[in-house]
Amino acid sequence: MHDVRVAGAGLTAFGHSPERTSRDLFSEATIAAFDDGGVSREDVDALLYGNFMGELSEHQGHHGPLMAEAAGVQAPATRYESACASSGTAVRDAVMRIRNGEDDVVLVGGAERMTNLGTAGATEALAIAADDLWEVRAGMTFPGAYALMAQAYFDEYGGEHEDLAHIAVKNHENALTNEKAQYQSAIEVADVLEAPPVSEPLGLYDSCPISDGAAAVVLVSDEYAAEHGLDAPVSISGTGQGGDRMALHDREFLARSPAARDAGEEAYADAGIDAGDVDVAEVHDCFTIAEVLAIEALDLESVGEGISAARDGRTTADGETPVNLSGGLKAKGHPVGATGASQIAELAALLSGDHPNSEFVPDATTGVAHNAGGTVASATVHVLEVSDQ
Amino acid sequence: MSDDESEVQDAGFDEWLDAAEADEAYALECPNDHGSLPPRRVCPECGATELEEVPLPGTGEIETFTVTHVPTPAFEEDAPYATAVARFGPVRVTGQVVGVNLETVENGLEVELEITVSETTGERVLGFSPI
Repeated sequence: MHDVRVAGAGLTAFGHSPERTSRDLFSEATIAAFDDGGVSREDVDALLYGNFMGELSEHQGHHGPLMAEAAGVQAPATRYESACASSGTAVRDAVMRIRNGEDDVVLVGGAERMTNLGTAGATEALAIAADDLWEVRAGMTFPGAYALMAQAYFDEYGGEHEDLAHIAVKNHENALTNEKAQYQSAIEVADVLEAPPVSEPLGLYDSCPISDGAAAVVLVSDEYAAEHGLDAPVSISGTGQGGDRMALHDREFLARSPAARDAGEEAYADAGIDAGDVDVAEVHDCFTIAEVLAIEALDLESVGEGISAARDGRTTADGETPVNLSGGLKAKGHPVGATGASQIAELAALLSGDHPNSEFVPDATTGVAHNAGGTVASATVHVLEVSDQ
Repeated sequence: MSDDESEVQDAGFDEWLDAAEADEAYALECPNDHGSLPPRRVCPECGATELEEVPLPGTGEIETFTVTHVPTPAFEEDAPYATAVARFGPVRVTGQVVGVNLETVENGLEVELEITVSETTGERVLGFSPI
């Protein structure tokens, strides 16, 4: 089996740029990724591209070849759609293609244009990641779905809104030095508690923003990296994917994410590590409660304990296992199709010492990235490790 | 949905709403006693293809709920409203809690199905009314 290395990565700024098309965003991210990696566009064997709502926001389907053009690569290109886990699933397939010897160089990434839809339009577009007949038509929104999980969590394991507020505060704090982040501003617990309600108990500051942005990562085989003398110290050593029933009400658990647990167990086993080896994590915190469910599913916290992790400092920058040093979706932003690939980019930078927050994890060798789709009916997990070339 | 297409039904789902309006709501059950909601030809739990309609119990119990203040455009004039997941025998269902002061919605509340309409669109909405 061929090892897979992160040769280069590029991100646009995440934020509010309603005039920019996804092809423009993705083009910018790929230029940065190729510049970073020193890999020739001509060597790209395939483009795997994540996008969720292109039909609704841009009246555009068939993104694959369009994005290959935007990236300037002559390679077959495929769009991956798994709601907010779109580029996480693209990364997973890219890893498998390189591992099995099919490809040496894969450009993987994603983009999303969202803010041109406005809040109501984006809320509607995001909602279709849920079951249209049984959830959306009953008035369920995405914040609403996570609010149902938050309420179920409080009921089953305890905790309150103030615990969740500490997660938002932590992730804003982490984003202060991330120049790509949508929000580079500190907030306080009181700000979260006093913010307008979106879907109770979740308020405006429990929710990630609506974002435009793109991410691109160049993945290469070990052999390719050696042949071309690439500086690529981080490898993707584990990959996993889990699935669950579409509608929240059809799940066994309302306050857990079995799809993420399955994905995590598979990725840990694949990499030959366990949760205790994880030094740093980027998890899918589209809402504050989502971070709780994620770190419990990844076994970084016991079930029922994740709610207190940020409040008690276990997942803060100076904690035992920092979570979302990039600022997370909450503060970095969440252009949904770009998110999974952006987590790989942030984690690789953190592990190789190239991230503004690398100082908090100077000895880190192992990181984990968790990307969730819908109310976690889809989940991918990747293990990244610093390894000898 | 445009007005021109408003006559087009969603096979399996609109029939279920019709049945619920007639107090004849049902779940699907496979030979292994897994419950699910229509439209469905295959049990999502075990893959069995022999699904039988079984009547839903008349009352359910709310297991989790939220009050939504920022809705999709289809519920713009309905907000704020409560959405809940309630257990009815072999299945859970998501619905809007209607005819109730939102502050009194709580887990454990007993409800019955009530098909209502969106104030915004006039479309039918699966609802729960407290008993």
